[in-house]
Amino acid sequence: MKEETRLVSMEHLKFIRAVRMENYRVLVARLTILFFFILSWELAGRFGLIDPFITSQPSRILKTLINLYREGQLFHHILITVVENIIGFVSGTLLGTLIAVALWWSSFLSRVLDPYLVVLNALPKIALGPILIVWIGNGPPSIVAMAILISVIVTILTVYSGFVQVDEEKIKILKTFGATKYQILQKVILPASVPTIVSALKINVGLSWVGVIVGEFLVSKAGLGYLIVYGGQVFKLDLVMASVIILAAAAALMYQGMVCLEKSLSRWQGN
Amino acid sequence: MESRVIVDVRNLTMKYHTLAGETAALNNLSLQVREGEFVSIIGPSGCGKSTLLSLICGLLSPSGGNILVDGETVQGPNPKIGYMPQRDQLFPWRNILMNVTLGLEVQNKLNEKTRSNAKDLLVKYGLGDFLYHYPAQLSGGMRQRVALIRTLAIDPEILILDEPFSALDYQTRLSVSDEVKRIINNEKKTTILVTHDIAEAISISDRIVVLTKRPADIKNIHDIALSCDDISPIRRRECPEFRHYFNLLWKELEVK
Repeated sequence: MKEETRLVSMEHLKFIRAVRMENYRVLVARLTILFFFILSWELAGRFGLIDPFITSQPSRILKTLINLYREGQLFHHILITVVENIIGFVSGTLLGTLIAVALWWSSFLSRVLDPYLVVLNALPKIALGPILIVWIGNGPPSIVAMAILISVIVTILTVYSGFVQVDEEKIKILKTFGATKYQILQKVILPASVPTIVSALKINVGLSWVGVIVGEFLVSKAGLGYLIVYGGQVFKLDLVMASVIILAAAAALMYQGMVCLEKSLSRWQGN
Repeated sequence: MESRVIVDVRNLTMKYHTLAGETAALNNLSLQVREGEFVSIIGPSGCGKSTLLSLICGLLSPSGGNILVDGETVQGPNPKIGYMPQRDQLFPWRNILMNVTLGLEVQNKLNEKTRSNAKDLLVKYGLGDFLYHYPAQLSGGMRQRVALIRTLAIDPEILILDEPFSALDYQTRLSVSDEVKRIINNEKKTTILVTHDIAEAISISDRIVVLTKRPADIKNIHDIALSCDDISPIRRRECPEFRHYFNLLWKELEVK
């Protein structure tokens, strides 16, 4: 790569410049949209075209955020939701993978459980929210349980199908070496499924957000979901909008984190 | 001088069962392979060649008959047998050295000594610069060589090669089969190769076993004696008798 950049023709330089220019224009267009969206929202409120009491307003959102921060509330709520989310998707992924291992280990078990998994997968897990509250109680454990519940079934199905798709020939090689079933799991099934598990993890981050926010809507006394629901009830739309924006930022950051993790784990796939 | 029989297949019968019925894959097949021999098995596609290999490797149990390897009945995977698959099947998440030590690891034989033996094998056969590379960074031919060394690393007495060159392009295929033959000759291993390429079989083997169509039995066995006594499969292809064998085998395999 280094040599290439030193010995480039004019034509290639032109090409690189065109690509960079295009990227730059995309970035400018993105920022412009954001800028005008915020600006028109702000001005429309200021000139009475919309009612900021109902639609809120960028300046009021900013003020709300600053107030939350001054009161020491901002990071408290963010932290609670983020921690619930992390516990949710990590344990959802681990539990799902463990169950997938059990299904791989015993094809009898996997055949027996198949219809149950299909039904559970089709069921909107949020419907089980009230049951969780009754069983687990009115607090964070219920919220985490909601997040796990929402991600675990799809993890089982994805990871198990990843296990089953591992090349038979690779397993055959291990068998000719005299490998035990545990060694087959450890040496080929699990390592070959790392990409599948990481992609399940990536999906679960998103699902877990849904579980946590819904859980907080139902039971909580703190967290971003709580702020949203509370803001809605007392008609403080500034609070609702501010919380949604923080939520969007936190979700995007976490997703980027997963993308980085995926890249570092798949070093061996490329050159 | 006759060397001892190392693989003795006796009246082997194999049937596959499905709900729709049973299919006979092998029918009372008997075959002997002597120590140090290079034997190729050819036959029409789907005739049961791979079944025969799986049985010798101990991955399937026969419906009838038995197989003796080094005088002992095959009852499961056997460290005396090394299997090399059609595609290299290197594990992409392991570097080359770790791919080669896979068998040792599984057999709990990995220690300083065996690891350095594996390293020596890689160095000896021109892969010394790639010990810590990943398979994706190697060419198809090199990967196939690594696959062979992975099989050799557990020091088997018999090598079972299941169409090891069929996934390679023609050019690579010729040079890889040359290398593989040289390595096997160096390491003095008994080899059973399955292929459907007649020219490849003649160029590389001491003996060729032709199977009938399914259920497979032995149709004929040819000793290959070429006047140019060379080990290189590429040069063996230039021998005057090569065409004679080719025509003979081609007619035998002809679909009727």
